[in-house]
Amino acid sequence: MAFIEVKNLSHIYNADTEREHRAVDRVSLSIEAGEFVAILGTNGSGKSTLAKHFNGLLLPTSGEVRVAGFDTRDEEELWQARQQVGMVFQNPDNQLIAAVVEDDIAFGPENLGVPPDEIRKRVHEALELVGMTHFRKFAPHLLSGGQKQRIAIAGALAMHTRALVLDEPTAMLDPAGREEVLQVVKRLHEEQGITVIYITHFMEEAAVADRTIVMEAGRIVADDEPRQIFAQAARMRELGLDVPVPALLAERLRRQGVKLPQAIMTQSELVRALSEIYGKVEG
Amino acid sequence: MAIVLDKVSYTYMARTPFERQALHDVSLTIKDGSFTAIAGHTGSGKSTLLQHLNGLLSPTSGRVTVDDVDINDLSKSNRDTAIKMRQSVGMVFQYPEQQLFEETVAADIAFGPHNQGLSEQDIEARVREAMELVGLDYDKYSSHSPFELSGGQMRRVAIAGVLALHPRYLVLDEPTAGLDPRGREDLIAMIKRIKKQWKLTIVFVSHNMDDIARLADDMLVFKGGELLRQAAPRAVFADRELLAAAGLRPPQVQQIMWCLQESGMPVRTDVLDVDEAQADICRVLQGKGGR
Repeated sequence: MAFIEVKNLSHIYNADTEREHRAVDRVSLSIEAGEFVAILGTNGSGKSTLAKHFNGLLLPTSGEVRVAGFDTRDEEELWQARQQVGMVFQNPDNQLIAAVVEDDIAFGPENLGVPPDEIRKRVHEALELVGMTHFRKFAPHLLSGGQKQRIAIAGALAMHTRALVLDEPTAMLDPAGREEVLQVVKRLHEEQGITVIYITHFMEEAAVADRTIVMEAGRIVADDEPRQIFAQAARMRELGLDVPVPALLAERLRRQGVKLPQAIMTQSELVRALSEIYGKVEG
Repeated sequence: MAIVLDKVSYTYMARTPFERQALHDVSLTIKDGSFTAIAGHTGSGKSTLLQHLNGLLSPTSGRVTVDDVDINDLSKSNRDTAIKMRQSVGMVFQYPEQQLFEETVAADIAFGPHNQGLSEQDIEARVREAMELVGLDYDKYSSHSPFELSGGQMRRVAIAGVLALHPRYLVLDEPTAGLDPRGREDLIAMIKRIKKQWKLTIVFVSHNMDDIARLADDMLVFKGGELLRQAAPRAVFADRELLAAAGLRPPQVQQIMWCLQESGMPVRTDVLDVDEAQADICRVLQGKGGR
């Protein structure tokens, strides 16, 4: 069985009122341990609602969600499921609660009743993993947005979670902060084998994932490697999304008759392909 | 007609251990009718600068004038015009939707005009006009709670609240931050429309160089509280040393063009958008008969 197993999940807000809204509509999905999955979709497409089911913050209206085999509908198993998956949200300013960075990271394991020595060890490890050891005694409000998000990630890691769900973690950051957070997430995925579910509006961030899921109106409308997804610029625009600039430029050039391969996604791929074409002509 | 900063410096918490100089001897002119972008790293002084444009902050030293009026000279003879000039600069902060508070969209937009003491009739006309300008249907949305709207719509309500004050200058701090791609495109189109219809001068802060390249005709680059350069975006983006010094990256299309040039293709590197890049790559390949 996959690490996260979603079967025919629907989630309805304000059920049986006139404001009833079906945010997730009969979605089925499996995510294997160790995958890096990006979720794209416009606001209101249901991505955050779906993601909040991955650690039981929301429970299915119908259908089921299993995390590491634990069924979130079962009150006993829900606690087990929750400990598998840590969440990081958009706003860096309302996730940190303690006055000192290391206290903030210790908050989760303390609540689990982890012994003090073990907590110290975990806090130390978590800070190392996000590269924030130097800041352990800092007050969180003195950190930059990117640093705050790294502390939020460390807080999840100190719980020994095996998966991270990040819901637009870079939306409120400047370019340097965005890069910082993305690099940390990438490294955790590559070196620690952490399962990553990454919701974003930045297409170039989604391009880093192994797999991209696109949602619209509560349903999954595409689920593939990012380069396959981004090869369809027109379709993405219909869905209210972008494609990365190199993919867009490649598509435009193809339409003008330049013989570029289909699946170009990154700057270096585009440059390589174009200079090859240019070289042939010259030669 | 312009906003002029003359040797403006600003120090936060002066004469305390936390003293920090956020602006250092900044002189610049925001030209009437321009579409001016402000770029710089976090901490470069951008937000401090914005707050000087309508007197929310007064310079520690130096002078800010709006249409030749010193907006920080509150002496008896100047006070009324200074306040009028401050009011001609409309300010839209980051995430302005967080500042909505009224029960209906119309009441929220009417808050400013109401405080200015306009008649009910005038206020309603202003609200209608502002909602139309930001693309929100009056009949449909005016009696809605602003909190029932989508993020993009809420942001437009907040901007309408500023427009209802009839500013001559519109200042926006990262207007597209946090929106999804469609929301961004809609908001950019809206800002362009407002500029065209009302002939406003627009000043905006952005971290997105692609947006700046598409929109702005003038650009201010800040670093560590100093103005490094004021020039058209095309000239700024051609200055790679300046960009590196300011910690900015050129628009992505331009990065692609630089790489192509380094790999031996004689393409232009001063392109600003995908259209220009596409045309130039085709020109180079075509010149070689490569299609």
